Amino acid sequence: MITLQDVLLLSGVLFSLSVAGIFLNRKNVILLLMCIELMLLAVNFNFVAFSRQLGDLHGQIFVFFILTVAAAESAIGLAILVVLFRQRKSINVEQLDTMKG
Amino acid sequence: MSANFNFVVAYPEIFVLSAACVILLVDLFVSDKQRVVTFLLSLLSLVIAALITVRYGVTERVLAFNGTFVADPMGNVLKLSTYGATALSLLYAREYLARRGLLKGEYFVLVLFAMLGVMVMISAASLLTIYLGVELLSLSLYGLVAFDRDNGVAAESAMKYFVLGAIASGMLLYGMSVIYGVTGTLELSQIANRIPSIGVHSLGLAFGLAFLVVGVAFKFGAVPFHMWVPDVYHGSPTAITLFVGSAPKIASFALAMRLLVDGMGGMVEQWRPMLIVLAVLSMAIGNVVAIAQSNIKRMLAYSTISHVGFILLGVLAGTVQGYQAAMFYTLTYVLTAVGSFGVILLLSRQGFESDAIDDFKGLAKKSPWFAAVMAMLIFSTAGVPPFVGFTAKLAVIQSVIGIGYTWLAGVAVFFSVIGAYYYIRVVKVMYFDAPIDNGQIEAGSALRIVLSLNGLAVLVLGLLPGALLDLCIRSIS
Repeated sequence: MITLQDVLLLSGVLFSLSVAGIFLNRKNVILLLMCIELMLLAVNFNFVAFSRQLGDLHGQIFVFFILTVAAAESAIGLAILVVLFRQRKSINVEQLDTMKG
Repeated sequence: MSANFNFVVAYPEIFVLSAACVILLVDLFVSDKQRVVTFLLSLLSLVIAALITVRYGVTERVLAFNGTFVADPMGNVLKLSTYGATALSLLYAREYLARRGLLKGEYFVLVLFAMLGVMVMISAASLLTIYLGVELLSLSLYGLVAFDRDNGVAAESAMKYFVLGAIASGMLLYGMSVIYGVTGTLELSQIANRIPSIGVHSLGLAFGLAFLVVGVAFKFGAVPFHMWVPDVYHGSPTAITLFVGSAPKIASFALAMRLLVDGMGGMVEQWRPMLIVLAVLSMAIGNVVAIAQSNIKRMLAYSTISHVGFILLGVLAGTVQGYQAAMFYTLTYVLTAVGSFGVILLLSRQGFESDAIDDFKGLAKKSPWFAAVMAMLIFSTAGVPPFVGFTAKLAVIQSVIGIGYTWLAGVAVFFSVIGAYYYIRVVKVMYFDAPIDNGQIEAGSALRIVLSLNGLAVLVLGLLPGALLDLCIRSIS
């Protein structure tokens, strides 16, 4: 039997992994986008688990909205990435440092 | 469940959505030379939206769409200010964008969609509506920042904004999911009702609340979640910086009011210490780091961070008086910030951004009037009487003293004094240094007139703050 605690633990681990991934990754912007997706999916886990526990559908409806917005978000993220790549010929995170102060 | 849509209160949002779609289509049939059509249509839709908001304005809280949408007097005032800030942004930005070949239909559509996001946030009554408003605003802003596709710096700042904004949304969502799990509802008023029975010391609520506060602080740009602000302000084209610095600030204030006050108002004792840390750090880091800047956009970015600290002071007071003061502060800050960026746009020319503080050298000799306008705006930002920035700071500090946090008021005053140094440096450069750049102001008369009125408004509101203050008092009670 999978309990609420198990799902919450899993989503907590996924969320922490994604945050750690964003802050530790120094190489590739695509990895950042993947971590952001993972973060949203961890939240979806939470919503579905709570929704099932509470017997309330609103949480699952929220998940549909998150999925849709996440798709739009990654589309914009990748579009910005393309613009960036055309300028720099690189998607290295360490080179995103032309502004100082 | 019977459907209770109550469309009437959402007429402004529905209108702006339709107008943005129509403008997107009309622009397809408009050539670059006739772009003024799109510009005028956008301004017209803002005027009509304002008329609709006034016509269908409510005098008390009205819920719609089964409790996910709320119209209240505070929302009306904030929405009207949002139209005003957006209209000023469009007016100031037009010539700048046209000179750089950036005056495309997408600019107007993205600005209108971002404004719609602000309006949805202002009227949010459920966690879902808040999330959708936040994302509509953020996604449009990411697009706007990266709007100048041939500008590598803008692309870099868009990427930073995107990644940090997405983290903020993730944090906000995680907090929302925990709050949903603990309270069992997405509606803010229901959450507020259920908090007493769950107990304000519940670990789950505190856990969710911490994530919500992080999300709000990110969107506000409060220290230590401010990393994106200087880069976005500095990197994006000035016309976009102007918009990023205006209407979204009203949205952040609305976000804080809806989430922390409407939803988690019962836990004010829990979120107050968090906001105190954010406010003190914002005022300290914002004001101190701004001294070291040589780029005026970057300086204004750090100045924004310090002003966010002041807005948070009003919110953390947790009293009606504090919320009113914070609202007054937000509205007057937006008016002043729009004007300051407007002056930068006024001075810019083809191939000359006028975004270094040195570019303002000797402005008083070239154009005494606009040097005076800039001086008024800068003095207001610094909080020098009789300008409106002083009245706003006074109201916020009074509300903090009202709850017995005199030391916090002392900290606020101390950092304002430090801040005055870098503001007054701009005035000194304008009046006492010899000009290095000899170009003349090329801007058209529309920009000159509106900008002059904007500068005068800062003075007039400072001398006669009664009307606006009264509006804020009547809208939050």
